[in-house]
Amino acid sequence: MLVLTAVAVVRMRSLFAIAMLSGVFSLLSALLFITLDAVDVAFTEAAVGAGISAVLVLGTLALTSRFEKPTKRSPALPLFVVMVTGAALIYGTLDMPNLGSADAPAQLHVGPDYLERSVEEIDIPNVVTSILASYRGFDTLGETAVVFTAGIGVLMLISGLSRRRRRDDEDDESEEV
Amino acid sequence: MRHHLILRVITKLLVGAIMLFAFYVQFHGDFSPGGGFQAGVIMAVAFILYGLVFSLHNVQRVLPPWLVHKLVALGVLIYAGTGVVSMFLGYTFLDYGSFVPSHPSSGQHYGILAVELGVGVTVTAVMVAIYYAFAGRPPRLSDEEW
Repeated sequence: MLVLTAVAVVRMRSLFAIAMLSGVFSLLSALLFITLDAVDVAFTEAAVGAGISAVLVLGTLALTSRFEKPTKRSPALPLFVVMVTGAALIYGTLDMPNLGSADAPAQLHVGPDYLERSVEEIDIPNVVTSILASYRGFDTLGETAVVFTAGIGVLMLISGLSRRRRRDDEDDESEEV
Repeated sequence: MRHHLILRVITKLLVGAIMLFAFYVQFHGDFSPGGGFQAGVIMAVAFILYGLVFSLHNVQRVLPPWLVHKLVALGVLIYAGTGVVSMFLGYTFLDYGSFVPSHPSSGQHYGILAVELGVGVTVTAVMVAIYYAFAGRPPRLSDEEW
């Protein structure tokens, strides 16, 4: 299903349909995460990927155009690059431990320690939250700061607050929406 | 958007439910999947849905842009402030055990709650601010073209 949706996205020209299909793609990956028992990740993917980015993409679409311009260049070189990258990634997965195997590096580092201590130290059922907010509090603070910075950056790029205010001062009231 | 009667009625029903769900995800994150990031996005979706259906002007009367811009910073402040408070109580930065020294795990609960609140506020505000920035520009497409 994921592959089908991805192929459809590549083949299509109507950007509106593409925006919708990327939402579908996110929803499908959320389902994939659920089958892997990563409910928190699935939740985020469904809310952010399928929900808000589709809306933001549509908002961008309203500012630009509805259809993709047909390209004249040959797709051979990009296709080659994608194939090589894909092959390298697949080659990388060969060395990975099997899914859910107990001696995977991810299960041997600090994970078991957190799982063991979380019950008595933090005493909340959702270990994901206790790791995210408490054991890894610094990381999450950093993530919040990243969201903050990204927001500020987009605001400066898109809305140009100061510029608009200056322009408003010049031509009195330019009918803001 | 005068003509979309069904959309307007359904939106009015849904916005409340979406916000309630956002609060549930926010404050029930200790017990079930979810937390500040997800709740923030869901809360922002409620505002964005309202803005899409009932025009940007109406949603900005509920949540004015200047307030959103303040909230973006407020969330980070809440998060970092939690850490600073625990420093003032004589513990290390972001050591939530400091809030209830006699019972560290309930101190952890308060700390996580405060921190998640900060995350939620920032994420909501950033999403809504980005939406405002996009929607605030005059669109090049007219309604008929869709």
